[in-house]
Amino acid sequence: MAMQPASSSGLSSTRHEIAVEMLGVHKWYGDFHALKDINLEVTRGERIVICGPSGSGKSTLIRCINRLEEHQRGRILVDGVEVTDDLRHIDEVRREVGMVFQQFNLFPHLTVLENCTLAPIWVRQMSKKAAKALAMRYLERVKIPEQARKYPGQLSGGQQQRVAIARALCMNPKIMLFDEPTSALDPEMVKEVLDTMVELARDGMTMIVVSHEMGFAREVASRMVFMDEGQIVEINEPEPFFTHPRHRRTKLFLQRILR
Amino acid sequence: MSDVADAVFVRQALLKPLPPPGGAGRRWHLMRNWKDLILTALCLYLIWIVIWPAVRFLFIDAVWTGSSRNDCLAETAGHPVGACWPFITAKFQQFIYGFYPESERWRANRTFLLGAALLLPLLIPRAPFKLANAVLFFGIFPVIAYFFLVGGAFDLTYVETRSWGGLLVTLVVAVTGISVSLPLGIGLALARRSTLPVLRGGAVIFIEFWRGVPLVAVLFFATFMLPLFLPPDWEIDAMLRVLVGVSIFAAAYMAEVIRGGLQAVPRAQYEGAMALGLGYWRAMRLVILPQALRVSIPGIVNIFIGLFKDTTLVLTVAIFDLLGQLRAAFADPNWSSPSTLFTGFAFAGAIYFTFCFAMSRYSLYLERRLRREPR
Repeated sequence: MAMQPASSSGLSSTRHEIAVEMLGVHKWYGDFHALKDINLEVTRGERIVICGPSGSGKSTLIRCINRLEEHQRGRILVDGVEVTDDLRHIDEVRREVGMVFQQFNLFPHLTVLENCTLAPIWVRQMSKKAAKALAMRYLERVKIPEQARKYPGQLSGGQQQRVAIARALCMNPKIMLFDEPTSALDPEMVKEVLDTMVELARDGMTMIVVSHEMGFAREVASRMVFMDEGQIVEINEPEPFFTHPRHRRTKLFLQRILR
Repeated sequence: MSDVADAVFVRQALLKPLPPPGGAGRRWHLMRNWKDLILTALCLYLIWIVIWPAVRFLFIDAVWTGSSRNDCLAETAGHPVGACWPFITAKFQQFIYGFYPESERWRANRTFLLGAALLLPLLIPRAPFKLANAVLFFGIFPVIAYFFLVGGAFDLTYVETRSWGGLLVTLVVAVTGISVSLPLGIGLALARRSTLPVLRGGAVIFIEFWRGVPLVAVLFFATFMLPLFLPPDWEIDAMLRVLVGVSIFAAAYMAEVIRGGLQAVPRAQYEGAMALGLGYWRAMRLVILPQALRVSIPGIVNIFIGLFKDTTLVLTVAIFDLLGQLRAAFADPNWSSPSTLFTGFAFAGAIYFTFCFAMSRYSLYLERRLRREPR
């Protein structure tokens, strides 16, 4: 008999079934208790959508996963590697975790193509030619290969965010984090970014998404996480989450956001 | 979703940016009404009273040939005398090389040539091999130049730095100061923004100390006081001490200009680089510094120009740069005429202006070139 069961996403040799594990995580900004006893387990191939009112700690939570924020108590394991002060562990985690920001955070002094090839060349030690080919493949996947020679400032917000997704994918990450990827976009550009993300989800990428796009959440989420005041209030599958929220605060929030 | 897309206007392409307000057509309103007319006339008058005497002095009334002060006197020339150019011709070698031995001046010439040959391709953005070129100019050239100029080995006669002078010294001090202060300033700026308290504290103390003392005091200390503190058998060349002093002094200013540039780069850029796993050094080198230095170009060139002119302060520690040689030449009784002083300063001014103006124009060119890559 095979020792390892084949995973649902079709990966043959997964070292760990658990992609991200947060155990009793606390975080403070000075006196402000930003995250309170966060416990979350994300299995490989899962798509988690985190929602909640602003200031509830959603962004802080996912920024702790790749150590853009430091947590003070508890443990965070990413693909079996614990995120600690050890710089080698942090770099190892960051190589495997892609991130897409609200404000895109593209490098304005580099072309779209250079934005995408920078990390593969310098972190993965890929040859320039191979990195270029890889970048073009992902730019085609997000449907903007024709913009490769332009600078980020010449693109629309939606295009920039798709470049940011391609840039993160060029590192072949095992997990993708999205920090409100459509909140800074004009309404007409939200769809193109969400479409890209839906496609990514269909390909089996492990995704943790902070978003208020409930249509998107209904379509792709494996589980919904509702946060308020630094705590995880409710975790549930999308269908019951939207139709029968268990918690009063979830109900209030959904009423306000869905109208 | 598709019914929404059908019903609502969705812009597919970006709008062209509007032109900046105040077009080119506004520039030439010199004679629109009586107010413009008066201002125009006034300006022309001011130009006239400044430019015309200068032209008269420098060219029309100037004496072009001669062999001594007598040729530059109004009695001999038969007209009021302007600039006394034979004075410059006679002393030209001294202005360029100082007291560098005449038989060895080819060494200074070759150094100038080598420096220019390495610098030019570095300044042309299209020229290839930028990294190798930069290493050659900033790393290898100063060492070669120093040993080539000093000599004492490979059949080259020894020329002590005390006999260097003129434009040679001006350029040696300026080029050294410029090429050392930039990397040192970047290092200090990064240290000052570090999260490590020891590093940050050290950088703050270093920068504030060197910004707090006048350059003249630094030069005095390096030349006259330092030898008293060092053991007697420690002999550091006087020129070397001055070079170190000037470089550190300029680096402290540079650090603050670059720190300003670093602050102009949003924190999000750093986070973006970190999330890609670039790590601190690669993030700085590939993402943060290219943007920070671009913002700092005007400030950096400001320091370069200031440094170039401040090199004249080495005069106070008995090193005779271009201006020092000029002053020495004034003392020659063979050339003392009423216009010698003005001629000399006009000549020195023209040389300083040429270098500084070239730097200024180059920085503008660089800024314009970089602006073509939109942010």
